[in-house]
Amino acid sequence: MFDLTGKSALVTGASGGIGGAIARALHGAGATVALSGTRLEPLEALAGELGGRAHVLPCNLSDAAAVEALPKQAVEAMGAVDILVNNAGITRDNLFMRMSDDEWRDVIEVNLTSTFRLCRGVLRGMMKSRWGRIVNISSVVGATGNPGQGNYAAAKAGMVGMSKSLAYEVASRGITVNCVAPGFITTAMTGKLNDDQKARILTQVPAGRMGEAEEIGAAVLYLASPEAGYVTGTTLHVNGGMAMI
Amino acid sequence: MSDIADRVKKIVVEHLGVDEDKVTENASFIDDLGADSLDTVELVMAFEEEFGIEIPDDAAETIQTFGDAVKFITEAA
Repeated sequence: MFDLTGKSALVTGASGGIGGAIARALHGAGATVALSGTRLEPLEALAGELGGRAHVLPCNLSDAAAVEALPKQAVEAMGAVDILVNNAGITRDNLFMRMSDDEWRDVIEVNLTSTFRLCRGVLRGMMKSRWGRIVNISSVVGATGNPGQGNYAAAKAGMVGMSKSLAYEVASRGITVNCVAPGFITTAMTGKLNDDQKARILTQVPAGRMGEAEEIGAAVLYLASPEAGYVTGTTLHVNGGMAMI
Repeated sequence: MSDIADRVKKIVVEHLGVDEDKVTENASFIDDLGADSLDTVELVMAFEEEFGIEIPDDAAETIQTFGDAVKFITEAA
């Protein structure tokens, strides 16, 4: 099950904890992976760890021209993009009343608009080959909201509506478009929380623990697999029961 | 029939799975040949590839019939 031999995957945000785990999961199932991100060093370290079938494609997702070029670079490196995982994301948290236009714009641009552009950029090849998997990494807060994250929650909820619309359009071409919505996962982002904050969060998580990046990687692997061909337009929540939706 | 028209017709027949004699000058891809909107996008992609041309989105919207396609490609190629 879940054999991706011969498939090529582009993963954004692969320099981060979740993105790295996603890339490892896809690579472990036999896929060739293109690792994208802003920080070259962790990308190269990951590529080195994976050995073969790994390409490093640095990209600044707030640069529209660079985003447009990324799918083409991925095709040049791998021959195709069969699987696209939009995982990259940034936060610029602030109370709503204090949130600046720049904080709003940056988060929408990187988290939502770049996802739109990358989806658009890979569609032609997927349409032609009558096979494609797009997995957009949303967030539990896109469904529940979160104080201080009006911009981030808007971008992550926007991803869900965008993915469903695209899923309608391309379903007849063998292309599926889904979201994975992580809850609290052990990463650098949540590593900044102190013990008190973590304890408070965990009271809301029936599973009683934070999730691991590998558990997001496994969810993405499933949605990217041939076996998930009948699953489209859905959001797979991986949150330890924190929000049962 | 011109070489271009023959090649266009071949693409249309293959892509939409219709009989060759249905693909007439005024045959509309959507109304007469059963294409959906995504098919028309794919046809334009196939034309671009076959003839090595670029068909901008606003021009693509004007290509509604087989005749439109042949005319546009003849002028562009």
